[in-house]
Amino acid sequence: MNNLPFYLSQPFAQHALLAAAIVAIICGFIGPFVIMRGMAFAVHGTSELAFPGAAAGLLIANNPLAGALVGTLVFATIIGLLGVRERERDSVIGVILAFGLGMGVLLLSFYHGFAAEATSILFGNIFGAGNGQLLALVLIGAGATLAMLILYRPLLFASVDPDVAEARGVPLRLVGLLFLLILAFAVTEAAQIVGTLLVLSLAITPAAAAQRLSARPIMVTTLSILFALIASVGGLLVSLANGRLKASVCITFVSFGIYLAARVFSYRSSQAGPSRA
Amino acid sequence: MALAAPKSKSNVASQPLLSLHNASLRLGNRTLWKDLSLDLKPGEFLAVLGPNGAGKTSLLKVLLGLNSLKQGSIELLGQPPHKGNSQIGYIPQQKAFDRDLPVRGRDLVHFGLDGHRFGFVRHDQAAWQRVDEVIKEVGASAYANNPIGRLSGGEQQRLRIAQALLAKPELLLCDEPLLSLDLKSQQAISELIDSYRKRYNTSVIFVTHDINPILSMVDRVLYLVGGKWAVGKPDEILTTKCLSQLYGTPVDVLRVRDRIIVVNTVDQHGSSGQHHVGGGEH
Repeated sequence: MNNLPFYLSQPFAQHALLAAAIVAIICGFIGPFVIMRGMAFAVHGTSELAFPGAAAGLLIANNPLAGALVGTLVFATIIGLLGVRERERDSVIGVILAFGLGMGVLLLSFYHGFAAEATSILFGNIFGAGNGQLLALVLIGAGATLAMLILYRPLLFASVDPDVAEARGVPLRLVGLLFLLILAFAVTEAAQIVGTLLVLSLAITPAAAAQRLSARPIMVTTLSILFALIASVGGLLVSLANGRLKASVCITFVSFGIYLAARVFSYRSSQAGPSRA
Repeated sequence: MALAAPKSKSNVASQPLLSLHNASLRLGNRTLWKDLSLDLKPGEFLAVLGPNGAGKTSLLKVLLGLNSLKQGSIELLGQPPHKGNSQIGYIPQQKAFDRDLPVRGRDLVHFGLDGHRFGFVRHDQAAWQRVDEVIKEVGASAYANNPIGRLSGGEQQRLRIAQALLAKPELLLCDEPLLSLDLKSQQAISELIDSYRKRYNTSVIFVTHDINPILSMVDRVLYLVGGKWAVGKPDEILTTKCLSQLYGTPVDVLRVRDRIIVVNTVDQHGSSGQHHVGGGEH
C-alpha cells in the first residue's frame, strides 16, 4: 500500500494515469449515446474485432495498437454501411464477431513472441505501453472527443427521434456512420487500458449509472464522463497501491460499484418522490 | 373535383404557398400517384386521405426534400423543396419512447430550435426562455420537465406541436398526429393545431386515416387511391359517387349521426372493409 507515493513520482505511472483519463473521457462521452441507440452489442463486437486486429498488428509490425485501430475501423465501417436497421445490424455484428475472434486465435498461434503481449490484448496492460503508444492514445482520444463535441446535437436528435430529425434536415446515415467511427476509436483506446474483453466497463457502465440519476441529456453525459474518470483513474490507483491486482480488474470493479450505488440511490429517491428530472 | 373557387377567408394571398403541377412520384418501380396538380393557399387546411400505401406520407417527404418527383414541377414558398427547411414544421404520430431515455419534454422541444445543427453547444438562456414560452402556449408546462418516456400520448403530442412551432413555420406537416390517442386528446390536439393556424395564418397539411376529429377545420381534402387522386371540399369528395369512381369499385359513403363511414365492398388493401373518412354536421 505504501508504494503509491513512489509510483506516482515515476513517469510510467504518470503517463498511464494520463492515458486512463483521456480514455475515460471519450468512453464516458459516447456511453449515453451507445445506450440510446441500443448499440451495446455493437460496442462489444467492435472491441472483439480489436483482438484480431491487434494480433495481426503484433504479428506484422509489432504494433498492436495500429492493428487494433484498423480492425475496429474496418468493422465499424462495415456495420455502418450494411446494417441500417437495428435487428439486421445485430445479426451482422454477431456473424463478423464470431469470424473475427476465430481469426484472432489463428493469428496468435503464428505469434512466437512473449505470451504476455497476447494476454494484454485481451485484458489490457497500460503499464506496458511505450511513450509513442501513449502519445497516440492521447491524440486519438482528444480528436475523438472534439468530434463528439461537434456531432453532439444532431447525434442526440437522431438518436432520440430519427423521423423528426430527418425531417429537420439531419443526415441520419452520415451521423450514424460518424458515430460508429468515433466509437471505433474510443473502443480501441479503451481496449489498451482494460483489454478488449472489458471495454463495456468503461463504455456502458458509467453511462448506465448516470442515466439512473438524471433525465437531462447534458447532465447524463457529464455524470457519465465523471464516473468513467473515477473508475479508470481510481482503478489504476488501486492497482498501483495494491501491486498484485491488474488495473483492468480494479477498473471493472470500481465501475460496477458506481453503478450499484447509482441504482440504490435512484431507488431510494424514487421512493421519496416520483420525479427524477 | 376541380379546385374550388378560392374564397380566401384569411389574408389575401397573391401567391400559393405550395404549388404542384402534373407531379408524379415513383418509389422503386411503383407509381404512387401521377399528374397531381394542387395549389395550397396560406392559412389553408388540407386533409390527405387514402388507404395505406397510397403515398400520403411520401407526399410529405417530397415537401421535406426527402423524396423527389419523377415528373412534374413543385414549388414551395417560392422555391423547390429542400432538406432542413425551417419554414416547415413537422408533427409525426405519437411513439413509444424508452421509459429511461434521458431526455425531458423540454429537451424534445428544444431540438426544434437547433437540434439539427453541428457544432459546439453553448448555453443560451434566451433560447430556453423561448422554449418555455412555446411550451406554455401549448399548455404543457406542468409536465415539460418529465422524461418523455413517461408522458402520455396526448402530452407527448402537445410537446411535439411546441417543437414544430418554435421556428414559427409557414407550413405545418402533420403525419397521423392523432393516431393511438384517445378521443379527448384527439380533439384537444387538433384544436391546438387549428388555433395556431388561425392565429398565424399557417397552412396545414394533415395526413390522416380518420377525418372525423378534424372535419370542422378542413378546407379541402386530397384523396389518394392507387395512383389516382381527387381534391376538393369534403362534401364534394366524400361522396358515394366520387369515391366509387376513385376506387374503381362500388363504395358506399354513409352518414351516421355526425360521422361519415366509408364501406368498401372490395378491399384491395387488406385492411378491414370499412374505414372512417369523414363525419360532421352538414
